[in-house]
Order: sequence, then C-alpha cells, then structure tokens
Amino acid sequence: MMHDVAVIGAGPAGLAAAVTAAGAGLDVALLDAGRRPGGQYYRHHAAETGESHRDWETFARLRDRLGLLTYLPGHRVWHVEDGFTVHALRGAREERPVEVGARAVIVAAGAHDRSLPFPGWDLPGVLTAGGAQALVKGDLVTAGSRVVVAGTGPFLLPVATGLAKAGATVAGVFEGNRPYGFARSLTAHPDKAVEGAGYGVALARHRIPYRAGHVVIEARGDREVEAVVVARLDRTGAPVDERLIECDVLAVGYGFTPQLEVPLQLGCETRVDVDGSLIAVVDAAQRTNVPRVYAAGETTGVGGAQLALVEGELAGLAAAAALSGRSPASPAEVRRLTARRRRLRAFATAMHRAYPVPNDWMGRLRDDTLVCRCEEVTRAGLDAAVELGAADPRSVKLLSRVGMGWCQGRVCGYAASRLTAAATGRAPDADDLRGLARRPIAQPVRLRDIATGHP
Amino acid sequence: MNEITFAGRRVPFVPGQSIGAALIAAGIKSWRTTRVGARPRGLFCGIGVCFDCLITVNDQASLRACMIEARPGDIVRGPDDA
Repeated sequence: MMHDVAVIGAGPAGLAAAVTAAGAGLDVALLDAGRRPGGQYYRHHAAETGESHRDWETFARLRDRLGLLTYLPGHRVWHVEDGFTVHALRGAREERPVEVGARAVIVAAGAHDRSLPFPGWDLPGVLTAGGAQALVKGDLVTAGSRVVVAGTGPFLLPVATGLAKAGATVAGVFEGNRPYGFARSLTAHPDKAVEGAGYGVALARHRIPYRAGHVVIEARGDREVEAVVVARLDRTGAPVDERLIECDVLAVGYGFTPQLEVPLQLGCETRVDVDGSLIAVVDAAQRTNVPRVYAAGETTGVGGAQLALVEGELAGLAAAAALSGRSPASPAEVRRLTARRRRLRAFATAMHRAYPVPNDWMGRLRDDTLVCRCEEVTRAGLDAAVELGAADPRSVKLLSRVGMGWCQGRVCGYAASRLTAAATGRAPDADDLRGLARRPIAQPVRLRDIATGHP
Repeated sequence: MNEITFAGRRVPFVPGQSIGAALIAAGIKSWRTTRVGARPRGLFCGIGVCFDCLITVNDQASLRACMIEARPGDIVRGPDDA
C-alpha cells in the first residue's frame, strides 16, 4: 500500500510530524518499534494515568489524534529503499516482514544512551541511565535497591529523582563536568530553570548527594555489581580522592547517540554535532539533501523533547507542502515555530558545551577492559588491530571484530571511533563515526525475509 | 496467574511488563553468559539496542528480554541452558 508519508519513530518528533501531516490531509503511516507510542521521553506503563509524567498533556493530545493516520506499533524498521519502500519486522515473538510504501519519509528515530567503557562496565547491575529510567517509566521496576547515577548531563537528574520516587535509595549523582556557567544561561530559559529547580528540590527531599566533577572509574563485583569506585577529578582532570560506594545498580550515561541507520541507508548528508554525535544535516524546513526525506528530533542533533516536538511539526508541515503543492500553515505560524526551534537549539548547544564527554576516560581503560561487549573485544585487542596497520574504525572492526556483534556497534561505536583515532594519533572526524554507524540491515533479519523482500 | 517460569522458579509480573523487567523485579540480574569470557549478562540498555539481554522464551531463542511483553505461563531460560 502506498502512503503519502512514512514517519519512522513515534517519540515526540515522530508523533508531532505524523499528526501534523495527517491533519493537513496526507495519508500517513507511522512506524514505531515500541509497543506503546511516546518513544523514550513519553515511555509509560500499560496503566499509565500521566499524573507523574512531565508534559503529559502534549503527549495525550497527540496520541488522541492517532486515529487520523495508520499507526503501526511494534514495527522495527530494518531498511528503507529509495522510492520509498520501508522494510520492517512486525511483532516481537512471531515476527513477520512488512513493507510500507510512501512518497516521502520523515526520520524521527530518536537516540539511545551514549556509553563509555570502563573497568567492570559489563557486570550485571550496570545499566545505561536511560535503561534504568525506562524500567521505572515503562515497567514500574527499580533495577535495584541502592543505585549510583553517574556520567554527564542534565538527564542524570530525572533519572536519579525518578528512581528515588519509585522507592530506590540513590547513593549519589556523580556528574563528570562542573557545569556552573550553564546555570547562569538558564535565566534565558525560564521553563528550563523551573525544571532544574524542581530536580534540585527532589534531590534534597530524597537526600541524594550531587557531586560535580566526579566520575565512576570502576565497577566491582563478582557475578554482579556490588560497589563502584568514585573519584574526584582535579584541575588537571586526574582522578583523586578515590572512594568505594556500595550499590547494586550503577546507572551511567554520557549523553546520547542518535540512530542514523535510515539517513545513512538513503545517502543523506551527515556531520558531527557539537556533542560529538553523528547527525543528519537538515535545512530550515527539516529537509535532508535527499529529495522528500525529512528528519526531526534527535536525528538532527540531540536537543530534547521540546525541540523534537517543534522539529516534528515543521517536518510534517514541509512534507505536506511538498506533496500537496501548498503550505498548510500560515507564514506567521511557520515563523513562530522556526523562532522556537532556534531558541531551543541554542539551549541544546549551550548544554552540550557545558556537559562535554570528559576526555579522560581512555586513560582509565585497562588492557583487559572490554570495548565491544558483544564480541568481547578488549582495549588490547583494539590496539593490536591498530598495530597491524588498521588506521580507521572500519579496518579496526575487520581485524578485531569490534562493533561486529549483535548491536552492530551501537554501544561501542563512539568509544571505538575515538580510541582508533587516538591510537593512530589524529583527531576523530565524521568518517570515524560513519565507519561504525552504517548498517544496511538495521535489525537482525531472517535470511528468508531478505530473500523474499528484495531490498 | 500472572506468572512466568525462569529456571524452574515462578516469577510474577505486572500486565504490560517486559520479561526482562519481571526478572529484574524478582532479583534476577543475569540470564546468559558470554561465548568468550563466560561472563554473566542481563539488562544493559533496556530499550532494545544492545542485545545483552538475549533470552529464550518457550523455546524461541535470541529474543530481547527488554522488548518482549511477559505472558502468563511463559517458560524462559538463558540461551546456554538446555
């Protein structure tokens, strides 16, 4: 069946794009891997009332309009062909191949936690920050009883307070940066300042210590994490004042990695964003350089849900204008949305500058520290590939198998790219990231489904 | 009854919960071991990205525990357990 638009991802950006395009009269198919709409930000459990959810009204308004379009939950997109044919797998247990045709594609595939390796990070009980939060929001489960939250970025705050509200003891939030200047920039964003103050109150109410300039340098335990080693970073970035904190969960995240499979499959232009992530390049109308392919939300640069909603709406409007030959929105409305996008993007850029990935993590890897969890490639294994002459992540991947396992480099791609560049004595660039981000088949697919799907 | 069975043990779940979440709620942190280092693995990313949580459900192998909604009577086991 041929639709006007296929929207990939039902998080804030994809929902806004799909509902906007459908509202303008287009025939829209919305494909999403999740069982329920909302993506990661609006992730919710089966009996959710929205009472404790931020900005639930916006989500409810979008969800209530899904009847305007063809909503396809539980559809994991694995390839998009030019023209366009979206190949997906439907269902979690008895999966079936599905093809969805469309005249335009809006990519709103979101992002996942960016992970950095460190000794002990493969112990059960070490989770990504987003994973620990997803368990609370989607499944009403705290991953353990005593949790340490670490990494960098404002996202650590809702993770910690959400876990505490759900009943876990949060032994501390350890922020790798010292983002004091960032607090001042909040005066230009009163809504964000209110949100930040709310987390401050919640941290105090649950007696959660917050320590800036602190990192978890090791997770320890036999069969699962039993404690983490936390250190303060001195002015040179060296870890000092090490101490052991007992915990049964470490929730750790260093920002986010956008899911770029579909833009790379379609040949869209990509670049490295201010946070070091590979992103799709779009113009003022959320158009990529490939005709009738649009991108919105984290796909175009990590910026959070509010920015994703605006970008989604703009993408939906642009697709509707392109396919119908007339703009469904007034120039004033487009100007309002564009101004809001500019303001939110500026905020995101300031946030990324205040919370960079601390560049000291490489020095703390041991020879036997895993870089690639799937293929169990250690730091020494990666170095050996470089010594054999591999100078780019793709060659390192072929020689060491880093990034070749089940996750296809989603988890280790950033670290492996940075380690390869460092080992070969050069600055990392977009090609380093692309080398581990290209996935012509973005989900595990049965051979018979490929054979019958003609991608 | 909203229960699944893991390694002969009854594990309760809340309707809508994933199998991985039900196991974690029951204090079960790992259910497979790696091929090279025989290291224990359970949930890591929790959102279907990392494939650390691979599990066998009713003899169907290589499913992501974080993505599969639990159903009453499911028999789940690690991929290494016969």
